[in-house]
Amino acid sequence: MLTSESLKKIDREIAKYPADQKQSAVMAALAIAQEEKGWLSSEAIECVANYLGMAPVAAYEVATFYNMYDLKPVGKYKVSVCTNLPCMLSGGVDAGEYLKSKLGIGYNETTPDGLITLKEGECMGACGDAPVMIVNNRRMCSWMNPEQIDQLLAELK
Amino acid sequence: MAILGAINPMLSLDLDGDNAWRLTDYVKRGGYSALRRILEEKQTQEFVINEVKKSVLRGRGGAGFPTGLKWSFMPRSFPGDKYVVCNSDEGEPGTFKDRDILRYNPHSVIEGMAIAAYAMGAARGYNYIHGEVWEIYERFEEALDEARAAGFLGRNLLASGFDFDLFAHHGYGAYICGEETALLESIEGKKGQPRFKPPFPASFGLYGKPTTINNTETFASIPYIINLGGETYLEAGKANNGGTKLFSISGHVNRPGNYEIPLGTPFATLLEMAGGMRGGRQLKACIPGGSSSPVVPAAAMMECTMDYDSISKAGSMLGSGAVIVMDETTCMVKALERLSFFYYEESCGQCTPCREGTNWLYRVVHRIETGRGRADDLDLLSSVTTNIMGRTICALGDAASMPVQSFIKHFHDEFAYHIEHKKCLVPVDVQRAGSGFFTATV
Repeated sequence: MLTSESLKKIDREIAKYPADQKQSAVMAALAIAQEEKGWLSSEAIECVANYLGMAPVAAYEVATFYNMYDLKPVGKYKVSVCTNLPCMLSGGVDAGEYLKSKLGIGYNETTPDGLITLKEGECMGACGDAPVMIVNNRRMCSWMNPEQIDQLLAELK
Repeated sequence: MAILGAINPMLSLDLDGDNAWRLTDYVKRGGYSALRRILEEKQTQEFVINEVKKSVLRGRGGAGFPTGLKWSFMPRSFPGDKYVVCNSDEGEPGTFKDRDILRYNPHSVIEGMAIAAYAMGAARGYNYIHGEVWEIYERFEEALDEARAAGFLGRNLLASGFDFDLFAHHGYGAYICGEETALLESIEGKKGQPRFKPPFPASFGLYGKPTTINNTETFASIPYIINLGGETYLEAGKANNGGTKLFSISGHVNRPGNYEIPLGTPFATLLEMAGGMRGGRQLKACIPGGSSSPVVPAAAMMECTMDYDSISKAGSMLGSGAVIVMDETTCMVKALERLSFFYYEESCGQCTPCREGTNWLYRVVHRIETGRGRADDLDLLSSVTTNIMGRTICALGDAASMPVQSFIKHFHDEFAYHIEHKKCLVPVDVQRAGSGFFTATV
């Protein structure tokens, strides 16, 4: 039930590993499935597992272990804010609070129009750029002070 | 521009311009000449390992283990599959140097890994890249394509008969995968839970084969060591602390970012390079080697030089070189509460002392921070840390405990005040001013 385009991307990942180690591609395959579907349903996880010839429960273990997989539907945009100590010292917690008040939601909540889900993230490895946030696991936004956050929100339509 | 300053740099030399990361630019500044020389002169594996030993390069990921010694543990002359793996799963709060190495100088990592593979008889490698830095992963994939097209990766490298191919593996958000055996589990497509050691990866690593794992900056330093010679590289730092190192400075400084300096440079010099304290405020404390290293109060920190031995003497660790700077607006209880939450969140759950202990640590620090602390809470915290430390498979439990012990040791009065007065010694509006968030746009 994944598109042929997604399967082609997964094939490219499988090719990185020894022929008898297809399971090594499961993290990438789950990420690709999530990108296509928006989130990982049990069906999507099972589909990935079957494609890689591994037990569905083993794929489910991986999906539940790593933070960036979404096992429940999220908004069109998922915004994760780093509030860990180095970011906190430079406004990470304040940026989270600012986003909460602008969007009228708390962490792990989605705006009523389904546009934005807000998450509190852990260290993203970009502490020098604090405050930092990531949109949809892919786009890192640096030095997010109030003005930059306003711009980002205006852009996410 | 992300490398903000340097003294006698190697890794960050000549990285100006948008194309510094590309193969053509890397070759122009001498890149791949170390690999070429080794292959063309048919240098022995022992020669390469010996140069690395002489350089006293110590692992840049945090443990500081001598790289040459680690390489010598590999059964390099035994037939069969062997692997070299790069640990770019940079998630230790405060650390962001590997991201910039991969962004601005990715070919130094590729060349370093190819040299390592040659020295240890490995034909395949993986670079495990932190989940949150997608753009860096994409760039590294592009750099790999460039290297393959130019014959620096693949079969029969530069017609030497030596084969080596390298692939990027993208993480997806788990701090524990920075632990080397958890990282191997993760590449194998499993939950990233550390393995019990021994056996060590040099005998039973990726897919059960001999494997050596090094940090990104460690691999990136290898071409420079081969080109300069091990002894010259050592002299660039100080005795027992070879070479230069990237330091990631975050927190209350004017110019947070990465700085490359010789090991042994005074902390005061580094602080000055980072623009000094934000708003001219006073330094209160510093976490010198990433969030897992014990906190050091201002006066002791100002006496330190930035190298493994000096920081260790001050009761902490150089770790990954992540310097988290805190000024007088910092509430130490709040700072510790956030770190404790991190370890609780990231404990993999495998060992009971860590899984349950990190939860206890967070809940007790949290209740102190929120004005519900009890008179015996500091003793309780101390007891929990001693029951975690040394009783787990990997070092995450220790990493969660060391901040708790050191924060309470050095800032005992602040914790006691919190418990007694049910509020913070540092007024909340002072703390808010410290972050600079709401004043940034004014």
